[in-house]
Parts: sequence; C-alpha cells; structure tokens
Amino acid sequence: MPVTSQLFRGFPLAKLWGSSLFPCQRQLPCCPTSHRPTSSQPHPIWPTAMPVRGYRRSPDLHSYNLTPPQVNSILKANEYSFKVPEFDGKNVSSVMGFDSNQLPANAPIEDRRSAATCLQTRGMLLGVFDGHAGCACAQALSERLFYYVAMSLMPHETLCELEAAVEAGRPLSPILQWHKHPNDYFTREAQTMYFNSLRTYWQELIDLSSPGESLGPREALLSAFKRLDSDLSLEAQVGDANSFLHYWVLRVAFSGATACVAHIDGSDLYVANTGDGRAVLGVQEEDGSFSAHTLSNDHNAQNENEVARIQGEHPPSEKKTVVRQDRLLGLLMPFRAFGDVKFKWSIDLQRGVLESGPDQLHDNEHTKFIPPNYHTPPYLTAEPEITHHRLRPQDRFLVLGTDGLWETLHRQEVVRIVGEYLTGVHQRQPLTVGGYHVTLGQMQGLLAERKARASLAFQDQNAATHLIRHAVGNNEFGAVDHETLSKMLSLPEELARMYRDDITIIITQFNPHVVGHQGTWT
Amino acid sequence: MHCSCVWSSRALSPALLPRLLSHAGCWAPGTKPRGIWSSPRRLASAVETTQPIPLPSQARVVICGGGIVGTSVAYHLAKLGWTEIVLLEQGRLGAGTTRLCAGIVSVAKPISIECKMADYSNSLYEHLEEETGVKTGYVKTGSLCLAQNQDRFLSLKRLASRLNVMGIPCNVIKPKEVSKLHPLVNIHDLVGALHLPGDAVVSPPDVNHALATAAAGHGVQIHERTTVNHVMMEKGHVTAVETDRGAIECEYFVNCAGQWAYELGQASETKVSVPLHGCEHFYLLSKPLPEPLQPSTPVVMDMDGRIYVRAWQGGVLSGGFEKNPKPIFTEGRNQLEIQTMQEDWDHFEPMLSALLRRMPELEVCEIQQLVNCPESFTPDMRCLMGETPGVHGYFVLAGMNASGLAFAGGAGKYLAEWMTYGYPTANVWPLDIKRFGNLQSSRTFLRHRVMEVMPLLYNLKVPRWDFQTGRQLRTSPLYDRLDTQGARWMEKHGFERAKYFIPAGKDLLSLDASKTFYKPDWFDIVGAEVKCCKEAVCVIDMSSFTKFELTSTDDQALALLQHLCANDLDVPVGHIVHTGMLNERGGYENDCSVVRVKKNSFFIISPTDQQVHCWSWLKKHMPDDPQLHLEDVSWKYTALNLIGPRAMDVLGELSYVSMTPEHFPSLFCKEMSVGYANGIRVMSMTHTGEPGFMLYIPIEYALHVYNEVMSVGQKYGIRNAGYYALRSLRIEKFFAFWGQDLDPFTTPLECGREFRVKFDTDIDFLGRASLLHQRQEGVSRRFIMLVLEDHDTELDLWPWWGEPIYRNGELCGTTTSSAYSYTLERHVCLGFVSPPSLDGSPAAVTPDFINRGDYEVDIAGQRYPAKAKLYPFSSLFAQQRRRKDEMELSNFQGK
Repeated sequence: MPVTSQLFRGFPLAKLWGSSLFPCQRQLPCCPTSHRPTSSQPHPIWPTAMPVRGYRRSPDLHSYNLTPPQVNSILKANEYSFKVPEFDGKNVSSVMGFDSNQLPANAPIEDRRSAATCLQTRGMLLGVFDGHAGCACAQALSERLFYYVAMSLMPHETLCELEAAVEAGRPLSPILQWHKHPNDYFTREAQTMYFNSLRTYWQELIDLSSPGESLGPREALLSAFKRLDSDLSLEAQVGDANSFLHYWVLRVAFSGATACVAHIDGSDLYVANTGDGRAVLGVQEEDGSFSAHTLSNDHNAQNENEVARIQGEHPPSEKKTVVRQDRLLGLLMPFRAFGDVKFKWSIDLQRGVLESGPDQLHDNEHTKFIPPNYHTPPYLTAEPEITHHRLRPQDRFLVLGTDGLWETLHRQEVVRIVGEYLTGVHQRQPLTVGGYHVTLGQMQGLLAERKARASLAFQDQNAATHLIRHAVGNNEFGAVDHETLSKMLSLPEELARMYRDDITIIITQFNPHVVGHQGTWT
Repeated sequence: MHCSCVWSSRALSPALLPRLLSHAGCWAPGTKPRGIWSSPRRLASAVETTQPIPLPSQARVVICGGGIVGTSVAYHLAKLGWTEIVLLEQGRLGAGTTRLCAGIVSVAKPISIECKMADYSNSLYEHLEEETGVKTGYVKTGSLCLAQNQDRFLSLKRLASRLNVMGIPCNVIKPKEVSKLHPLVNIHDLVGALHLPGDAVVSPPDVNHALATAAAGHGVQIHERTTVNHVMMEKGHVTAVETDRGAIECEYFVNCAGQWAYELGQASETKVSVPLHGCEHFYLLSKPLPEPLQPSTPVVMDMDGRIYVRAWQGGVLSGGFEKNPKPIFTEGRNQLEIQTMQEDWDHFEPMLSALLRRMPELEVCEIQQLVNCPESFTPDMRCLMGETPGVHGYFVLAGMNASGLAFAGGAGKYLAEWMTYGYPTANVWPLDIKRFGNLQSSRTFLRHRVMEVMPLLYNLKVPRWDFQTGRQLRTSPLYDRLDTQGARWMEKHGFERAKYFIPAGKDLLSLDASKTFYKPDWFDIVGAEVKCCKEAVCVIDMSSFTKFELTSTDDQALALLQHLCANDLDVPVGHIVHTGMLNERGGYENDCSVVRVKKNSFFIISPTDQQVHCWSWLKKHMPDDPQLHLEDVSWKYTALNLIGPRAMDVLGELSYVSMTPEHFPSLFCKEMSVGYANGIRVMSMTHTGEPGFMLYIPIEYALHVYNEVMSVGQKYGIRNAGYYALRSLRIEKFFAFWGQDLDPFTTPLECGREFRVKFDTDIDFLGRASLLHQRQEGVSRRFIMLVLEDHDTELDLWPWWGEPIYRNGELCGTTTSSAYSYTLERHVCLGFVSPPSLDGSPAAVTPDFINRGDYEVDIAGQRYPAKAKLYPFSSLFAQQRRRKDEMELSNFQGK
C-alpha cells in the first residue's frame, strides 16, 4: 500500500526536494531535547551528508519482525493527550480534550503540530502543519502562528495593555497556554526576533482598530495567516546580523508548510486551511453510526476551484505551465503554502537575497534553482480558506490531519475508526442470532474475533495513536494486521518515505453536555 | 419477545385457573371461600371479558408482587389460616424475573439458613403438583458442583460438612464419577466435585402458577394489572394501600415487588428502605442436541468457569455470573422495560467459552436464544426479609440475589410465620431487613455494590473477605490518622474498622493472593498486637458501636429497661451492666452493655450492626410517653478501647487520677478529663476480658485524646491494634458476641450467662417465663469452647465458623466462631452442642455430657480432636482481679 502521492515524485530533483533543502537541525523524536542548533559541528546541508538517523535503529534492515511492544513503543513515542480541567466536577468547556500523535516518515519529520488555549480571549487553537523541503517553515508556524491568531482576536484594550506592559518593562500576562508534547520544541535563538515581529503586528493592530473593537474569528484568522507569511518573507529579506539567525530565517522562507488550524470557542468552530491538510468533523447519526463532515477544502490539483483560481491569476499564456503534472509549476503539490519564497519572490529578489546570505547557502545548488516557466510571481499564497461551523450535539469530534493521513484512509473510514474508538463501540452492531442457524461453536469464534478487534482498540489510550495504527497497519481487508504494521514501521528510513508520508493527527473531542445546549460561554 | 418467553405461555394463562379452581374447594374445606378467585363463574367471565373485577375495599393483608415470592407468601399465609389476603400484580402473574429465571433449585448456598430455605422449597415444589394438580416441571435431577482447583474443592467440602449437619444428602466425588453422572462434562481439568442428589429443576412460571392456584384455593384474592402506587400509614402502622384501581384498607402490607421493591419502598408515607439493585443476567438456550439431553441430566455448576448448565427441552440452558456485571434500573424504571431487555453476545462471550470448555460437544449445537433476565441483588448477597424497622405491619421479602426460585418456598414460609407468630421458626438474622438501614439506600452505593456482589455468587469465598466497593461511608474522626499508621480496614454496617496495623516497611500480599483457607499472612502482625494487649497497652478504635441514650423525667427509663433487659438495671449510678435483651422465648434480641449515667439516664452500647434492629426493638416496646426519650448518639462519640495492664498507667497520667482497681474497679463508668478534654466517659471494661478501659469521647475531642494517649503511652509501649486482635482475645476468653454466637434462639442459660439474669428479683422481664421454664427443664444445647488439639496451625486448614462438632463420633452441633489463641497457641472454636434425643424430645445437657466426651471438629471433611470446656481458662485472666470480674467468675464456677 505505497503512498501514491509524494510532493515531488517524478521530478528530476525530487530526491533533493523531497528530502531536505535545509535539513533541520532537530534531533530525532526519540531524543526529547529542546532545539539546539549545532554550532559545534558544521551544518550539514546535503541530505547525503547526513548521518543515517531514523526512528528505526535495528541493524537488521530486512527482518520485519517487530514485536507488538516494539510496534507500540514506536507508535506511542509522540502521543499526547490533553483533558480540559474540570471545575466542580464539571467540564464547562465545549472541548473535553484532545489526543494527538505523529509518525515520522521523513528523517527528521517535517510535520509539526500545535495546541494552545487562548488566555486573553476565549477558545482553543489546534493546528497541524505539513512542512516540505525541510521542516524549518513548519517549525516556525508551529511556534508563531497561534500568537498571531491570538493577537488578532484580542480587543483593542487588551492590545493596548500589552503594549503598555512591554513599554514599561512589566511582565506580560500570558497569552497562550501551550499543550505540548516534550518533543514539540521552540527555537530559542529566534524568540527575540519573533517577538519583535509580533510586536510590530500588534502595534499595527492597535493603530488600525479603535477602542471597543476586536476582529471576529474569521477576520482574525485571515489576518494572522497573511501577516505571518509576510513576516516570514520580510525577515528573510532583511536578514539578521547574527549569522545563524540569518541562515535560519532563510531556511524558513525557502522551505514551505501547509497549515490547518481550528479555533474552537463555545459552539463556534472556525477552520482556517492553507494547503492540503484537512479538518473533518465526526458526526454521530441517530442510529449511532458516524459520518464525516469535511470542514476544509484541499488546496491541490484535485480541487478544480483551486486550479481555476491559479490559472485565473496568471496570463493565459501560462495556462499550460502554471499547473503541470498536478503540481504548481510542475513542482509543488499544495497550491497554497507558507514560506516557499521560490514561488513568491521575483527572480531578482531571490538572487539578491541569496547573494547577500550566509556562505552556507552558496554551496547549495538547489537554492539557486529557479522554477521553470517562472514569469509572473507570486504563484503561491498563504491566504487560508476559512470555514465556520456551529457545533451541534451530534458533532462528537474533529480530526485535524496532514495529508499523510488522508491519503491512506478515506475520511469516512477515519471518522468510523475514531468514533468507534471514542464511544467504546468496537463492534459495528450488537450481534443478534435472529432466525439464523448458528452453532455455539460458530458463535464462540465470532465473539473471539470481535473481542480481539476490541482489545486492539484497548491497547491504545490515545485516539490518534489508534488511528495511526489503522492508517499504517490496515491490511487489504481493512483490519489492523501486525505483520503489515511491523513491515511498515521497520522500513529503512531511506525507503520509508516511498511508502508513506509523515502523519500528524489531532483529534479533539467535544463536550456533548455543553455543545449545542448553550451558546458561546466556555 | 412475547413468544420468546421461554416457558410455555400456557402456564401463565389464567384460562387454566377456572378448571382448577372448580374443585379447589375440596382441599380447603376449612376456609369459607370468598373473593373472586374462588368463584369459577365470575373468574371465567373476568378472563373472557377482560373487565377487571373491582378491588375489595379492605383486607387484612395486601401482598404486592405476583412473582414466585409473592405467591409463596400468599400460599403460606393462607396455609397458616390467614383470611382476607389480597395479592396485587402490576402486570401478569410471574411476568417479571420469575418468568425468565432458569428454574434450578439447589441447596448449594453459602450459609445454612439459605440451605434450609432451599431444602424446604425443594420439597414444597416436589409435592406441589400433587397438591394442586398443576404441572410444575419438577424433575429431581440432582446437581454437580465442580471444582477446578483445590481451593474450590475445599469450599465444596466445607459445604458438604454443613449440609451433613442439616441431613441433606450430598457426596464428595471424584472427576471420574462426574462423567458417569453427566454425559457431556469434560473432566480433564477437574479435581473433584460435590454431588447433590436432591437438587431439582422446575419450570418457574408453572410453580408460580401452582402456588397462585393453591393460594386462590385457600381464599387468596389475586388481582392482575393492578399497580400499587402508595402505602398509607398512620402512627407508624400500615393502614391502607393506594392502587391505580382504588384504595384497600389493610393491616399488613407485604412488599414482594422484586426489582421494583426499592421504588415501592420509597413510595410510602414513611419511606421504607429496601436496599436492592438490579443487574442484567444472561443465559443461553440451545436447540435440542442431535441426541437429545435427558431431562433428568444433573444440573452442572462450574463456579470456577462462572457458569451453570441444566437440560432444557433436549438441549441445554446455561447462564452465569460474570465478573463485570451490567447494573440496570439505577434510576428506576417500569415493568414494561423488563419485557424488552437486549441480548448482549459480546458480554456473554466468557461464559460461552467456559461452557464450551466444560462441554465441548455442545459446539455443534445450535443457538435458540440468549435470554436477558434482570435479577436483583442486595449489598451483602443475602435476601431481605421481615418487618421494616420504622413501620409496623410493613413486611418485605425481596432481593433474592438470583436464587429467587430456590429461596421463595422457604422464605415465603418464614415470612408467613413471622407475620403469624412474631418471628420465624428459625434464626433469620442474616436475612433480616433490619440489618440494613437508610444508610445502605443510596442508589450509587447500591449500584457499585451489586457489581461486586453478583460475581461474588460464584467467586471462591474464603474466610474474612471484605467488600471492596461502597466503602469509607462511615468513618471515625481518627480514620486518616490510623490509615497512615498502616491500618487495613474492614467494614461493618458501613463503618470502617481497622483489622490490624501493618508495621512500617512491611507489606502483605496483594488482596487476591492473601485469600486462603489456611494460615493467613497477617498471622504474626495480629500476634504482635495481641502480645502488646497482654503485656503492655493497645488502643483500638471501636467507634462503630451502636450507642443509644435513654432518658426520662421520672423512672420510666429504668422501668422500660427492667422490662426489656434480663439483668438487673437498678444499680447505683456509674455502674455498667452487661445484659441481654430477650424475646418471649428468652432468646437474645440484643446483647448490650448499659451504663446508668444518671438516675434516670442510661447509655446503651450495642453491637455495630444492631443500630437498626435494637432501635426498632426499643421503639416497639416503648410506651407512648413524651417524658421518655430515646436518642441514637452513635455519631456523637468516638470510642477508644485501651486494652492491657498498662492502660491504667496511661490514663492515670493523662487525668491525674489514680486508675488502679482499688480506685476504679471494673465495670464502672466515670466522666472525667483526659488530657485537656473534659467530659470523657471512661468505663472500666474492654469487651475482651483484658484489663483496660473504654473511652467514650465527644467527637471533637477525639483527635486530641488519641494523640495524648499515644504520646503518653509511648513509654508504656502503646501501639494500635485492630479487630482481629480483639477477636482472638475475646474468643480465647469464651466471650460470646451477638450476631455471631448469640441469636434470637439462644437463651442466657444456654451460654452460661445465668449470672446475668435477675432471677433473684421478682421483676417480670421479657422472656422470664421461658427462662424459668428452661431452668426447670435444663438446657438442651450448650455453648462450649473447643480447643483444637493435634491441629497444625501452619499446615492444616483453619476453622472458620459453621463447622460440625462430633462427640464420640456422633454429630452434636456446629461452631459459631473461631480464632487462633496466641496465648494457648491453639485454635479455639466456640459453638453449640446438644445431646442426642432419645425419645424425640430434646435431652438436657449435663456437665458429664460436656466433660466426658471425645470431641472433634470437622473442617472440610477432616476431623480434628478438640477439648471441650464450659468455662474459660482462668489462667488467661490477668492477675489483678476486679470486683465484678471476680463475682462473675465465681458465678461461672458456681454454676
């Protein structure tokens, strides 16, 4: 069951792009250190120069015999659960909590995830980010995007207080409460720069708004997405005196990432999507079964509207070249993304920035590569499509996933697996004998099989882990099969990307006691 | 689901009744037929036109519930000569649990009174067909209780010993013999079995129908489709029942509503607590086997596999009691729900696997149906029987714990006797609804507890198990202090009591691993606590005791107690009197210590589980006098028991008062200060026979006094002790405890407590006449102490209670409690023996009978020689003699 779509498959430079243009310095998931850029060793630029590192360390590459505990430890390495705290034994929030997990295929993984509760405004933010050409852009999004959204949501007065506090050197009241797995890290060196950009943004927000005003969630998300992308671009153009930072901002800008972000406040669910991540709502029907309700559009060649949009934005002469082989300019799979200045800047700007950039970049043939038929940039935008959904009691959970999930499992199947897991109904239906002739022995066999299936769900405490188990381990009959799982997880890292993509999942469970009953209080 | 009714629906049809009733009169000639059911013509028309027959406006007894329990009560009341009995059923007769239950009548029950009831039910059902002409499907199949392991086999052997005492036939057999008795049983993993040849199967709705028919024949009026909405009361008496078809005035009301008994109890003017809760129960019906199974095939109970199997229409009926039961009807539902219960195959899977493992040949057998039949369970796995504590005339019989059919006959008989004679003909205290109070009535508690109770039916029951759910409801203020010091807890009447204290750094086996019939893992820990009680001083928190205060303006309180208590209460203020409260028969209704606190004020201390029973006994006999006041002060006092020779030093130091026997003789009570706390009731008694004191402390002082006692006691080697140490101490000193050794059928004379009866006065107390008569005739049973000899504490099975006692090889009684005596280094059993009757009338016990016999105690079939004693070892009592102790002992010896 090889993954059918890869970002740059078929393209001559696929290997380069597909691996890592600016390999992220991050250690592997199994080393839960916060980010530590390697100043003590030369920055490896080329993937081939990288030491072979992967989640799989078994010397015997070709034996596929992982034991179930080994499989579990791989699947569970990145799992994280958060439960919204209860007050007086009651959870008054519309969100009960979430389960998230990711499984790398790239080494290192290029997906990122974030989750945080807004402390100055209401609501919770959740997002998955799928990086390409390296993880730098996705990493930057995972740290910065929610701050931009939170700022955009703040009323004028709160922004003023914030500015006053910074001005007076007072400590800031916290803006976000992060819910992070130990492997989710922040780039410490860049925090000052990030903060300064953010401050400029909120100062502009103060200037543009008047007292008593605040943006609605839709406008806030839109503004935050666009602003952050433009900041990424600007930072790369301006550069930094610190050569590491200068290098870093270029890596961020020259790599790219999609983002799928949900903002949940009471019964209002907003999804902002840029790229081919997806948000799907699990809806429980009256008969107890689950159906999928998609809340985002994929921005790729399969979406006719997107193809039409891109073709419309460029002269008719480029109609044939702007989307080729289902890719933007024949190169890029997602049609919207953060970063990727190669698809946004003019050729002159690209050359100018690279020439003034740190020396390390000059060794990289690839950065100098200009996409073919590059006539009327920009070709790419980070502008999200925003969907609003008013939660109903039957809306049980929201699955945010990167394309690694959606290309292996149909959304209906995803929702079914999660729904049955969360409701504890591991059987499709209760069994009845009815008028059939069933012997006790047959019944015993049937029950044993159902029990085995149920116990499979039982070994996962995390819905996202359970979903990954299915995504990776489903055999041709749609049942998780240990042998398949073992094979897929023990692929050598240079092969893994051929069979599957990074998978990142956040599953948010709604609180049926709050959702739909009463409005927007949290 | 209608035709899926397992039992032929014909059996339930009232259409059969007219034919039967037409000649019903001939076997009930004494009773003048009255009411609708005795008139065939009107009955027939009632059935055909479905026009309900109007209810009578009054009756003596109204029974609610037309299941097997309700009809059995009606049947037995009618047999005892009661008239004007009305039985109301909200749906159809036997439409509840009765309709669906599996129809097994087995005597394999955990306690003797239950075996007795099942045995009676069995013989009742056997003869019912003969009596009524209604087919009951009775087949004496016998049953096989299988043991997959040695522990189970031991418990079956213990059961066999108990059944032998009752004269119920049973055989402990080898696996090979099992396969001779049952063609399908796979014996390869069995270590043995118990064969009960008398056990039977019936068709429960048919038995129900037969009982109803017989009852109707005796004049009982039966009304179906009549719902009881409300029970009316006045001044603590039942006055009437309100139904959806009008009210019926009545003197007695019997709640036999099964699953709905709890809600019905709540639906009366004074709420009646009927603590039971439903659980779903599943069993499987198969189609006939290729070679149909004979109806006479024995019932198989494979408790280790958690299943039972009986033959059913050429196939099998097999259900079980799973580990993870599904409680149901927590919020209360209506009758209709029971008709539409869902099958749950996934839930049944473990039981199906167990069945196929036990009978592999069934694999090819086809499924007929999986039946879901809710059963009701109680907090302690025993049924609920008797008059409710608060309301006179309100009786309950419900909560059958999935043995409704086996118990219904016997339980119905006992309840009918209770209503007729004021008490049944056997001790039913373990089933008495008054063992519970309102505190067990929480739905959450019941829901949690029944989930533990239902699996327990088939769990291996080892000595000293404690319930794990529904705990920490009532606790002493010292609970946390004691818990951090290593206390391990047991529960009595919702109250947490420390069993023993695990020294720091030590730990015991996990709960499961400590279950044993042999020497338990706490042996040395308790031994150390006992030693400390003997040599230094221990403190035991005994706050769970029931404590009442009875006061009056004049001498009404004394008069009441003089009437109720066997011992003389007219003692100087400050004296403590141990006394029984006896019934007319002279049997113990309660055993308590009464302190005369003031001239007209008494402090009554009773066992923990007497809280409801003793209260209702006192209330029942209290004159309606506003000047006489009874208050339950159990919650107001924390009771600390300081046991040991150095107790007086500790207390002396804390109070600056000399506590030596010269200054504070035994069985006295003084209010004094202990530490900073004033007004502590200090009593020179210990409930164990050791020297020491009970401290009754107003709860706000409890922590202070405890802390002071512990810190001052340090230099005297004080430590905490628990109830196991207490138990060992009291049993080696031959102290009988109510509820365990003493019951409403035991008189003071039978347990050597004549010195506690005021024969020397002419006060007419309750039970006096019976006691005088008994003193004349001599007692036919006697409480004795048996010291096991040739019993290896390390290797041999430990006695528990209920073991048969043999004298010169002949069965002569059973034990009631036992403990290891760390002082004697022997096991001590307490129990009752009676000489064999020669001419059918009971023979009197003579000292020779006790002293000149070779006694043996039978533990799971193995007999251990024992030395019988009528009096405790005087050497066990500490050197310093107290005034009262000496008097008591001289009394002992003088007898």
